[in-house]
Amino acid sequence: MSLSPAIDLAQVEFAWRGAPPLLAVDRLIVERGERIFLRGPSGSGKSTLLGLIGGVLAPRTGAVRLLGTDIAALTASARDRFRGEHLGFIFQMFNLIPYLTVLENVLLPAEFSRPRRARIASGALRDEALRLLGALGLATDDLVERQVTQLSIGQQQRVAAARALLGRPGIVVADEPTSALDADTRTGFLELLMNECRALGAALLFVSHDTALGTLFDRQLSMDQLNGLARVH
Amino acid sequence: MAVLHLTAKSLWNRRGTALLTIAAITISVALLLGVQKMRGAARESFANTVSGVDLIVGARSGPLNLLLYSVFRVGDATANVSWASYQKIAHHPDVAWTIPISLGDSHRGFRVMGTTLDYFRHYHFAGDHSLAFAAGGPFSDLYDAVLGADVAQTLGYKLGDQIIIAHGIGNVSFAQHKDKPFRVAGILRKTGTPVDRTVHVSLEAITAIHIDWQSGMQAPAGARVSAEEARHRDLTPDSVTAFLVGMNSRVMTFTMQRAINEYREEPLLAIIPGVALTQLWELVGIADRALMLVAAFVVLAGLLGMLTAILTSLNERRREMAILRSVGAGPRHVFSLLVTEAGVLGILGVLSGVLLTYVLLAVGQPVLEKRYGIYMRFGGISAMDALILGSIIVAALVMGLVPAWRAYRNALSDGLTPRV
Repeated sequence: MSLSPAIDLAQVEFAWRGAPPLLAVDRLIVERGERIFLRGPSGSGKSTLLGLIGGVLAPRTGAVRLLGTDIAALTASARDRFRGEHLGFIFQMFNLIPYLTVLENVLLPAEFSRPRRARIASGALRDEALRLLGALGLATDDLVERQVTQLSIGQQQRVAAARALLGRPGIVVADEPTSALDADTRTGFLELLMNECRALGAALLFVSHDTALGTLFDRQLSMDQLNGLARVH
Repeated sequence: MAVLHLTAKSLWNRRGTALLTIAAITISVALLLGVQKMRGAARESFANTVSGVDLIVGARSGPLNLLLYSVFRVGDATANVSWASYQKIAHHPDVAWTIPISLGDSHRGFRVMGTTLDYFRHYHFAGDHSLAFAAGGPFSDLYDAVLGADVAQTLGYKLGDQIIIAHGIGNVSFAQHKDKPFRVAGILRKTGTPVDRTVHVSLEAITAIHIDWQSGMQAPAGARVSAEEARHRDLTPDSVTAFLVGMNSRVMTFTMQRAINEYREEPLLAIIPGVALTQLWELVGIADRALMLVAAFVVLAGLLGMLTAILTSLNERRREMAILRSVGAGPRHVFSLLVTEAGVLGILGVLSGVLLTYVLLAVGQPVLEKRYGIYMRFGGISAMDALILGSIIVAALVMGLVPAWRAYRNALSDGLTPRV
């Protein structure tokens, strides 16, 4: 168990029912704690890949092993639970629930996943959320009770990162989290995100088309290499 | 727990729309519950009109007609009961008491009823309430009148006031018994029954004021009989309009009813008030069922408003659903989020509707009682009310299934990347 990779896709093929295949991945392995940069323009099958890893899509064939569990073999609701328990997501923008405060947004995964809540010492949930917000450079006292709609985009992305990291998920998936940020905040955000992932031992799958960022990661991949079908076209 | 918490927060965030939706449901629920309460009150007030009377006897017509003119002072008798027949039945060994009724005159729109002192002794309403005097007492003189509470209040009469009785019924009557004025001897307490709208005089008085009348016309000036002269005549009536009967033993009621209905010397009809009241209520009940149906449709309209509001919000909430899914929510969470939302709106609407009903009742009760003599018993929520309110909440939840199902489908197809 301890040595199984964070993400291990083998002979995975995906197609909507009755439609031609969209994605075919021979092998994709991301070790635990590894930070991967995945380059992929839209239409390259990137959303499909993230859907498979997130467990909202099920492959037609192949195995999607996350932290040693083949989630392709699980039921849909078991995959939902697995995602809630082991994965953190950050999207390009509009990451936050508009009617919740900053703190409530960060605590959201704990509402849906008991194991994730349990990984934080009991009663320390709020402290952990505040610690993460602090580590991501959000001045805690003033901000946490605010509605998220009052935050700048840069601040919103950091709140999203704090939420993705709450309760020590094994895998963090970031889908172009910096593309809405300006150059200065981008680097700052990325450093904070990578530091926290390292501190918590989470693998980071970072998807972006901004190749300049690639050098900061352990390894770079592109959807073209990964998706057997993309190569054909 | 997560779902309920999110629903509350989300609704609070959209409180403008949510409040309007709740207001629509509130008003419709208050209407439905109000109609339901009115129905109950009307039925009760109806059933309470007369009690303790075993039979009502009149000339042969229809049971409803007899009930209407003898108890509700509505409509007219087609014929009278002869004094001889009345006496015969009144003195039957099984009969405990009788109250003769003589109708046909009026006073400024209120019916005048001739009767005996037994009326004040034996007439009961609303279970075992007997008539009580707010002022004065029963008639002691020939030209004494006892007014129902509404008569006294509407016309502003006090004890000792003089009143003139008009011949015939109807608001405006040209033929008046001006030569034989009455004195107000007593005013009854409010009963919430037609008694409140009746002017009571003695049977003898009815005879006296008609002593010089023939076929609806007063005799010419020379042949008239003055009020004082009338006192010395024989004032035994020829007939009465109807009479109420109390039996010594309830068991004998049916036997007596059959005997009266088969009475050879005169075509008579005896009815059991409870049975006739039920028949009448079934007739009147059509209107109130129609009202109930209308109210039910208003509730449906309120709930459809809610459905529209939720469906409209769905598209702008697709992103929100994707975020929830990314933190571990399944499509069934999304589904229950929307059903819960409909449920919360429904429950809040029903609760505030109940509240509104009681507020309106508290405000409206005195008016209803004063104007129409309807006692709206506050009561709690009856089992029937609870059933209705429960069904409204269930209906809200069922309607919530529609947006929930759509959101569920969206959640499945969107996954983590909504197409908006």
